[in-house]
Amino acid sequence: MSIEICHLSKQFGSFSALNNINLKINPGELLALLGPSGSGKTTLLRVIAGLEKADSGQVLFNRKDSTDKPIRDRQVGFVFQHYALFRNMTIFENVAFGLRVRPKKQRPDSREINRRVTGLLQLVQLDWLADRYPHQLSGGQRQRIALARALAVEPGILLLDEPFGALDAKVRKELRAWLRKLHEDMHMTSIFVTHDQDEALEVADRVVIMNRGCIEQVGTPGEVYEKPANPFVYEFLGHVNLFHGRVHQGHAWINGLKIDVPEHAGAEDLNAIAYVRPHDIEVNRISNGEPALAARVVHILAIGPVVRLELAGKDKESPDSIHAEISKERFRELQLARGDQVFIRPRRLDLFPDQAPDGLMH
Amino acid sequence: MATSSSSQTFPVQLAAPVTQEQPWIRWTLTLLALSFLSLFLLLPLMGVFFEALKKGWDVYIDAITEPDALAAIRLTLTAAAIAIPLNLVFGIAAAWAIAKFEFYGKSILISLIDLPFSVSPVVTGLIYVLIFGLQGWAGPWLKEHDLAVIFAVPGIVLATIFVTVPFIARELIPLMQAQGSEEEEAAIALGANGWQTLWYVTLPNIKWGLLYGTILCNARAMGEFGAVSVVSGHIRGLTNTLSLHVEILYNEYNFVAAFAVASLLALLALLTLALKTLVEAKVAQQIRGNHS
Repeated sequence: MSIEICHLSKQFGSFSALNNINLKINPGELLALLGPSGSGKTTLLRVIAGLEKADSGQVLFNRKDSTDKPIRDRQVGFVFQHYALFRNMTIFENVAFGLRVRPKKQRPDSREINRRVTGLLQLVQLDWLADRYPHQLSGGQRQRIALARALAVEPGILLLDEPFGALDAKVRKELRAWLRKLHEDMHMTSIFVTHDQDEALEVADRVVIMNRGCIEQVGTPGEVYEKPANPFVYEFLGHVNLFHGRVHQGHAWINGLKIDVPEHAGAEDLNAIAYVRPHDIEVNRISNGEPALAARVVHILAIGPVVRLELAGKDKESPDSIHAEISKERFRELQLARGDQVFIRPRRLDLFPDQAPDGLMH
Repeated sequence: MATSSSSQTFPVQLAAPVTQEQPWIRWTLTLLALSFLSLFLLLPLMGVFFEALKKGWDVYIDAITEPDALAAIRLTLTAAAIAIPLNLVFGIAAAWAIAKFEFYGKSILISLIDLPFSVSPVVTGLIYVLIFGLQGWAGPWLKEHDLAVIFAVPGIVLATIFVTVPFIARELIPLMQAQGSEEEEAAIALGANGWQTLWYVTLPNIKWGLLYGTILCNARAMGEFGAVSVVSGHIRGLTNTLSLHVEILYNEYNFVAAFAVASLLALLALLTLALKTLVEAKVAQQIRGNHS
């Protein structure tokens, strides 16, 4: 099922939860709505589900206007952050609920219900828990049951509200991979809300980054990570160093470092912020003639193939700590120890002239 | 943790934990509470049964099976049987609205539900007399249509409903607020209609709270005196409830009969207490189930 969202707005009192949202979701796509809390991502999901009514705008399912369709008739499967399993029913009855409440004519007979519920419980690999009650299950098991229950009514789209938000890190990682695999098997249009950047980038086909009720950027995980559209996206996705400087006619000065930025040839003496990914920072023992910043090694984390360095710039204007990532081989070559002096220069940077960073700092 | 603490043991046995009082203080406080309860609750309660059975079992049985006493029992049961189902419906509807929705005037509704707690029952009775009495606003119209509210059964039922309004709603509101509305949202998303959601999801989740509220509501409905006394008219065999009957017998110096009928109400209180204790644990469980 395809979903189209046109000019959607919603206010809660004086708070603007959604601000003229436009979005197209392709059939069979797994889309992540990513943003900090209060960015409107959950509200958007609930409006698509029909749990919340927008003040203005339209929601189209398969190009048909469904804005005023009641949630019962929308054929959506909804998975809640806190599972919302029916606590007075067994796991089997929870999954069967959507079939049992159908009008008599559309209701499958009890053998068919039995077959389908058992099939779904096998799909989520929890058929041995059929007779238990929700409070006897772990968080990860409950969320899988919630998913099975949502799938029982054969929805056209699957909506998941922070599905792994209440789980611990290990279970979360397992379920992420499992959800990705499930989606590849079923190819159902799915939207999930998350505030976890890694989760969105790892699982989704496309990521929608939201902030203050607006969409900041839409793209594949690769696109949004490699080419963040603005400072907010850069900082929200994290793993980035921020430098303040000035830009003038195609040249940027950052902490005394002159860098060519031909794409900003038209800039006339503007304040600018520059973002550099940790792996785009070149680290040298000695100044090789090229302009570079002097820094001191504050901390070394040498676990895995990548060595993470925390550096402190000698310059007063440089950020408190600069994060750099170098390969293990390079680390051995440099023979770095805590307290050593190094020279760093950005291999690649993104410059945003005259824009104050808003939102989260990482 | 265990290895590190074994090397440095603290003399914990010597000093009592800071949250524990000296034994003599604990004993004194316990004794004080128990003697207070015995003096003001247990003794009078035993007194009721003692007085009721003072002249033997036969007199006791006679006192509670004479026609006027039976009529009083019947009327009390009737009033409760009408008031409780009505308050059940109202209580569930009000608690549902308050706990699951945001609307204008919600705090006013909550205060209104509490009103019967704060208004003296006598005032309640007088209000009904003012509205439905012969000199009241609706009096002439009622007389024209040959309907009686005051000094008749409908007045007693109305007064009983009024004084018992808060019990069920008050019990359900915090329970429903703690449970939130996600399960209802899930049910509706799965295609359930309003009645199915109420019947299969909401009611099972609040059943123990509902029973608890009903028990309290019933105790109050059967024991109500003030409001009912004003609207009843004390017509023996017709508009006399159990508690009013006790008063009449007592005023006639028929002490044994008065205490015999009173013992029925005391028994009801004991039964309520036992049920309440049983159900209370279940209610706590139902609230906890939400977070487990």
